[in-house]
Amino acid sequence: MIGVELRKLALRPRVWFSVLLLCLLPAIVGVFLATADFAPPPGQGGAFLSAVVNDGALYPAAALALVLPLFLPIAVAVTAGDAIAGEAATGTLRYLLVRPVGRTRLLGAKMVALAVYVTAAIVIVVLTSLVLGVILFGTGGNPGVAGPGGQPTGVTSLSGQSLSSSALGLRLLGAVSYIVVSMLGFAAITMFLSTVSDSALGAALGGLAVLITSSVLETLDAAASVKPYLPTHYWLSWIDFFRDPVLWRNIDHGLLLQAGYIVVFFGAAWANFATKDVTS
Amino acid sequence: MIVTHALTKRYGRTVAVDAVGLEVREGDRYGFLGPNGSGKTTLVRMLLGLVYATAGEIEVLGKPVPKRVAEVLPDVGALVEGPAAYPHLSGRRNLALLDAAGRGGGRRTRRRRIDEALEQVGLGGVDQRPVKAYSLGMRQRLGLAGALLRKPRLLILDEPTNGLDPQGIKEIRELLTELNAGGTTVFLSSHLLAEVEQLCTRVGVVDRGRLVLEEDLATLRAATGRILVGTPDPAAAAAVLDGQLEARDGDRLVIRHGDPAALNALLVEAGVRVTSIHAEQRTLEQVVLDVTGPGSDRFGAAG
Repeated sequence: MIGVELRKLALRPRVWFSVLLLCLLPAIVGVFLATADFAPPPGQGGAFLSAVVNDGALYPAAALALVLPLFLPIAVAVTAGDAIAGEAATGTLRYLLVRPVGRTRLLGAKMVALAVYVTAAIVIVVLTSLVLGVILFGTGGNPGVAGPGGQPTGVTSLSGQSLSSSALGLRLLGAVSYIVVSMLGFAAITMFLSTVSDSALGAALGGLAVLITSSVLETLDAAASVKPYLPTHYWLSWIDFFRDPVLWRNIDHGLLLQAGYIVVFFGAAWANFATKDVTS
Repeated sequence: MIVTHALTKRYGRTVAVDAVGLEVREGDRYGFLGPNGSGKTTLVRMLLGLVYATAGEIEVLGKPVPKRVAEVLPDVGALVEGPAAYPHLSGRRNLALLDAAGRGGGRRTRRRRIDEALEQVGLGGVDQRPVKAYSLGMRQRLGLAGALLRKPRLLILDEPTNGLDPQGIKEIRELLTELNAGGTTVFLSSHLLAEVEQLCTRVGVVDRGRLVLEEDLATLRAATGRILVGTPDPAAAAAVLDGQLEARDGDRLVIRHGDPAALNALLVEAGVRVTSIHAEQRTLEQVVLDVTGPGSDRFGAAG
């Protein structure tokens, strides 16, 4: 069933289009940076942007910082919102269930396929931006890559010990995994909405509404008490993988929080879907 | 094959299906009739475990539904409320995905089974065009192919000839008759009386959620004990058959009599010319109209 779900995703032009868009944004920014030939001052612009001008190998990290706040969640919301509601809208849901495919199995396969999609999308973004970064900015002249040990505001100076490229690769891997987990918490929320609504668009917009609410509350001091529990609160903590040494505290909190969201909302999606009358 | 006891489904205060006790026997071609909105589709969905009953029991292929529906469905082919497919993929690809989605669809035999099913429904030569470019009739045929893919013992078909032209309807009827002769039980829900009358051996009629009739078609259509005679000499005929004449409309007579052959001999002997003579049978339409009210899509003024 997982294979079938993956094939369905791979056969959808929309899925590839979303990946293309994800790659395009960092590419556009990169081209502007390269042609302007001066770096944004540290502390302004996206994370890592001031550093990449000196070292193209860091560009994947900058690319992730660019797509994470909005582009990636939109892609995830569209795909997760489509999971059950999309099948219901085309009428294929009833034929899948009559095939028969167990409801729990279907939901699980959708979630796994979504995780693979998110991982693949991020890996493709990382690879294209790595190639692009090296082409546009070179590798900074020194064989070792310096890890930015910046301030919590996302300032990325090149201070700190230099990292070998294998260490950078490892950290990149950690960051990618962390982002995938962050996205899955959000995906579980949207997928729950997808089992409630029969409209894929409605479910996706509902997911985005959650995202926006969370982002707004994040900037509100009065909401300080709930901040640590907002789904987006630790999203940017993947940056901590590029500090030296890696700052695990927020990463651990983030993983725990996302695991909570996944369990609660995937559980709710399951409870709703398994007992629901399928009338679509 | 299908047995239900006091099957009931309520949506809030509306009762969609009300204490229905259905019995479909092995080898039947069962026609499930009812006006629009009478609960046909809800009942079909309950049989397939898509909708959960409020009360009552369902048994399909001898096993309780929805409790053991996973063991039942592999032997059931279904078409529910029109066909559905991923519009951007070809028909073949759709069938392959559907087949791969569940257990018991061998990968090695998949291609052959898909070809066979498409051949059966008259789509054997279909090209790689996506389903969104299919006509309504082609989609209906593809949906049927999906139902036939694993050679089910029981076919549950909701309005299977929707969107087909007369030629296509005849083809599907012949296909279903042929499958039935090969041992497949066919349960067909429809509001098209002619379709059921031509195909089915047994009918159930549902009206406003209640099963109002379930009977063999042959019994329903038994002779009424009247004979219809057409003659250019109606007055002479009426004189011969004095006490037996029930009604007269121009040169057409309705006569209470058991045997058309004997009646014909009697009339000819008396010098009455006969242009037509046949035993009167109730049509399915009369039977159904007698037991059902107007469909729920009709909202006439009260009073």
